[in-house]
Amino acid sequence: MDLRFTPEEVAFREEVRSFIAENLPRETRERMRLGYKPKKQEIIDWMRILNRKGWSAFNWPKEYGGPGWSAIQRMIFLEENLAAPAPELLSFNITMLGPVLIQFGTQAQKDHFLPRAKNLDDWWCQGFSEPGAGSDLASLRTRAERDGDHYVVNGQKIWTSTAHNADWCFCLVRTNPNAAKRQEGISFLLIDMKTPGVEVRPIISIDGSHHLNEVFFTDVRVPVENLVGEENKGWSVAKYLLGNERTGIARLGSSKAAVRRSKEVAREVRMNGRPLIEDRPFRTRVAQLEVDMKALEITQLRVVSAFAKAGGNKPDPISSVLKVKGTELLQNSSELLMDVGGPQAMPAWQQELAALSNEPEIGPDWAPQMAPAYLMLRAASIYGGTNEIQKNILNKAVLGL
Amino acid sequence: MDFDLTEDQRLLTDSVSRLLADNYGFEQRKQLLKAPTGWSETLWAQYAELGLLGLPFSEDFGGFGGSAVDVMLLMQSFGRHLVLEPYLATVVLAGTALRLAGSEEQQAELLPAIAAGERRLAFAHYERQARYDMTDLLTTAKPHGDGFLLEGAKSVVLHGDSADTLIVSARTAGGRDDAAGISLFLVDAASPGIARRGYALRDGSRAAELSFSAVQVPREALLGEQDNALPVIRRVVEAGIAAGAAEVVGAMEAMQAMTLDYLKTRVQFGKPIGENQALQHRAAEMMIALEQGRSMAMLAAMMLDEPNDAERERNISMAKVGVGQAGRFVSQNAVQLHGGIGMTEEYAIGHFFRRVMVFEHLFGDTAYHLDRLADQVA
Repeated sequence: MDLRFTPEEVAFREEVRSFIAENLPRETRERMRLGYKPKKQEIIDWMRILNRKGWSAFNWPKEYGGPGWSAIQRMIFLEENLAAPAPELLSFNITMLGPVLIQFGTQAQKDHFLPRAKNLDDWWCQGFSEPGAGSDLASLRTRAERDGDHYVVNGQKIWTSTAHNADWCFCLVRTNPNAAKRQEGISFLLIDMKTPGVEVRPIISIDGSHHLNEVFFTDVRVPVENLVGEENKGWSVAKYLLGNERTGIARLGSSKAAVRRSKEVAREVRMNGRPLIEDRPFRTRVAQLEVDMKALEITQLRVVSAFAKAGGNKPDPISSVLKVKGTELLQNSSELLMDVGGPQAMPAWQQELAALSNEPEIGPDWAPQMAPAYLMLRAASIYGGTNEIQKNILNKAVLGL
Repeated sequence: MDFDLTEDQRLLTDSVSRLLADNYGFEQRKQLLKAPTGWSETLWAQYAELGLLGLPFSEDFGGFGGSAVDVMLLMQSFGRHLVLEPYLATVVLAGTALRLAGSEEQQAELLPAIAAGERRLAFAHYERQARYDMTDLLTTAKPHGDGFLLEGAKSVVLHGDSADTLIVSARTAGGRDDAAGISLFLVDAASPGIARRGYALRDGSRAAELSFSAVQVPREALLGEQDNALPVIRRVVEAGIAAGAAEVVGAMEAMQAMTLDYLKTRVQFGKPIGENQALQHRAAEMMIALEQGRSMAMLAAMMLDEPNDAERERNISMAKVGVGQAGRFVSQNAVQLHGGIGMTEEYAIGHFFRRVMVFEHLFGDTAYHLDRLADQVA
């Protein structure tokens, strides 16, 4: 048993770090350091830079254009990418659709979609949740009826992240409403967002941003060759997708960056006549977060190395531990950062100015994204299976309750 | 990076588990508590036979040359059974002091004897007024003839009642709270002038109050450098934290298993109480805390040999905080989920609870270590 990274792993980290340092566009890095989310084009550009290096499909096997990394290398890569901070790889393309097509896709689907997904030629979104199907995903009602060589899709999806950017949507639809079990009548379809009858409506979230959407399908005709896996067997595809390796699920790099940022800003702001960084309660809060991050870092290494040893293909319910603790830390660290900002973090002038022209900015440059990050991260314990659902998973799969 | 156990480690864990499964049932342990020493001489001899008592010592001194991870695995097993024997005091604390500070002769005299189960030591450092402060020392060792004269008192000395040899810290220079001027001495526990009052701690393990009144010790009794024992004392405490953290992990495992069992079998309102989601989620949170605590105990073990002092101390403090918080969460909820039965002396949960509680208040509690970490925020 040895917690230390091997010299090879250390060298790999160094290689990733310097590649990112040399290739991440400066403007993107600077904006992200101040907490701004990357723009659509920045994400595309970064994915393409990584793809040219052979790294964008970081978790795919070599034969499909992945780098063939070990689980530890994948973890290091994601950590460095988050810590840079660089735009995150579009998970819909890389960790969701890619592995699903590799496992269940036809040769034609693989040949067409995989190279485009890893170069972000197609932006994918995920059509799973519906107004009546949140945590209880299997109750979804969007219908797909066979009509010759097409499925005709009618229904509504919700909470569809980045649907307004998306070219394609992988969707769970009900193909057999009369199946004995709800899970048995579901299929996994690939839908071109440009198809007539697809309508995307924005949902503005509490951070003021447009990230989420509703997607409506009205008589949308989808060619049958866009079915992934067998008809009515979509639930096992979805389960594979959701249970697939979740190396990056704890997103520790983000929490680390927020704590680091909190300390930086705490040197600039004051508390009772002294720099905040010298304030005891602040320091204790940082110390506690650093303890929790350290524990999670080691837990993550344990999960990753166990996953690698198991052959790396079975969903590991322990990753629910990473999801729960990881999102708690994301939330706590974003809370700390916002509290450091204090009143300067409260003005929402940015949203008003954005609509105007080149008005000069108001307030310190570190302030504008503190509250939005805090607000948006309330969703971290909701998406990807709420933390309560994660606890249900642990109960069923690990504790046997 | 590697979390695998070696073949030797697997063998070690297996043989210890077998021994404890046969000898350390809850009822058997109750009998052991009634022994005059509060633990079992017979089992101590068996530990010696298995090589456990020399596990971390070098082979030159009759040991096994085991690593901190080996000790961690052993302590985890001990924690699952609430082992009462003075392993922490003798092998971990005194053993570490001897290994780090002992002369060739001192090590040759004591380590093989410890490994053989013939000698038992205690580490007498903390004093009543000191709480967790390592430098708050009033006990003095003044030059006297060819040696020293010890005066003072030590408090809550683990297994100080049954040790035949004491490692005692005392001021040879400086005043209260000075980092310099502290020395360690190897003292025969039967020396004239030593008074011992033994008692059980809240978990049943033994400790003692020691007082030293004009105790004469020869010059050769000095363990390590005169006036400069603090770095050694720190390392001894760190070894105690790592070992105790592993024990807490073992105790948490036992509590988690008992609690799950209870949730599945206790029926109320016509169904097992484990079917209630409020309780299920609490169980999941206990598991999450246990896994985080386990990670921290591993961190402590793997950091013990880190040569950079600041780095090592920081990580050990993080581990003490992490394990302390996990231990509290798991043990408090283990009692809660058991309901009334968890409050009773005749049920095992409360005994595990008290072991975790005692360890949290040794070697610096959660607040103490969090405060040290807060000092270092940069």
